[in-house]
Amino acid sequence: MTRFIPILVFVGLLLLLGYGLTQDPHKVTSPLIGKPAPDFTLPTVWDASRQLSKTDISKKPSLFNVWASWCVACREEHPLLLKLSKTGKVPIYSLNYKDQPADAQQWLKQFGDPYLVSASDLHGKVGIDWGVYGVPETFVIDRKGIIRYKQIGPITEKDLQETLLPLLDELNHEP
Amino acid sequence: MNLNQPIRTAFAAILFAALYLFGFSLQAKTEDIVQFDKPEDAERYNRLTHELRCLVCQNQTIGDSDAELAGDLRREVYTMVDAGQSDQNIVDFLVNRYGDFVLYRPPIKASTLLLWFGPGFIVLMILLTLWIKKRKQQVAQDMPLSANERKQLTELLQKAKDPQP
Repeated sequence: MTRFIPILVFVGLLLLLGYGLTQDPHKVTSPLIGKPAPDFTLPTVWDASRQLSKTDISKKPSLFNVWASWCVACREEHPLLLKLSKTGKVPIYSLNYKDQPADAQQWLKQFGDPYLVSASDLHGKVGIDWGVYGVPETFVIDRKGIIRYKQIGPITEKDLQETLLPLLDELNHEP
Repeated sequence: MNLNQPIRTAFAAILFAALYLFGFSLQAKTEDIVQFDKPEDAERYNRLTHELRCLVCQNQTIGDSDAELAGDLRREVYTMVDAGQSDQNIVDFLVNRYGDFVLYRPPIKASTLLLWFGPGFIVLMILLTLWIKKRKQQVAQDMPLSANERKQLTELLQKAKDPQP
C-alpha cells in the first residue's frame, strides 16, 4: 500500500500544476470587485468643457469600458460593443485611457461610437485608481456604484452571452 | 610554439569583459532620472520600486520594467515618496488597486499558505520518507540471525567454498 503513496503524490502534483497551466497569469483578479467604484471627474472626449463623473455612470447598471485608439485588441471587441449599444439593453460608458482626445475622436468616427459618454484620461491617473493594467478592460457597475465584475481583455460573444448579459439582467432586477 | 594562442585567449577575455559591461549598461538605461531633496527618499524610492511587481511584464519590478504602466507607477511612487508618505501607505495604495499580486513578498494569509509553505512542506515530506526508509533498513540489518539461520548460512558458505563435482 505504502509504495503507492509516491505515485499518488506525484499524480496530485501533476494535476495541480496542470490546472495552473490552464489559468491565464495575465488575468489578475481585481481587489476592487465588490467595492465602490473609485471616484473620478474627467472631461469628455467629444467636449472638454463637459465632464463625466462616477455618479453619472452608476445611475443604473452599466458597463464602463476602458479603451484607447492605440489599442489593437480594442478593435477586436468594438463591433460587439456597437451591436450591444444598439439593443439599448445597457448604457455603455467609457474611459479613454492615455489617449489624445483628437485621436480618440478620429477612431470613433472611423469605427463608430457605442458609448453614451467617453471620459478622457489623458495621463492614465484614473486608470491607476481603477487598477487598469491592460486595455481593453470592462467593468460592470451596479446602481449603487459598486464594481460587480471586471473583464480583462477583449469581450467575446461568449463572454457577453454567458457572463455579462446574465449578470446585467440580474443587476437590473436588484432594487 | 604557437604565439597566437595567448593572444587569442587575451582577446576572448577582453571580448567577454566588454559584453559583460555592455550588458549592464543596457540594463541601466531603463532607470529614470529622479531627484529628491533628501537622500533617504532616493533610497526609499529605489527600494520600493524594486519590490513592487509590474502587471504588464509580470516577472519584472516596476523599477526594472520598460512598460508604460511601470513608468506611470514609478511616477506615482515618486510623488508619494516626495510628499513624505510612509512606505506602508505607498504599498497599500498599489495593493488596493492591483491586489497582493503587486507584492514580490506577498503577505502570509490563507490564500498564500501553499505559496509560502508548500516547498518547505514537500522537502520535509521527502526527508521524512528517506528517514523512515533508512530506519527500516537499519532495523533489518540489526536483526540477529537465529540459530537455525546461522546453521543454514554456514552450510551455504561451506558449499560455496568447495563445490561438489
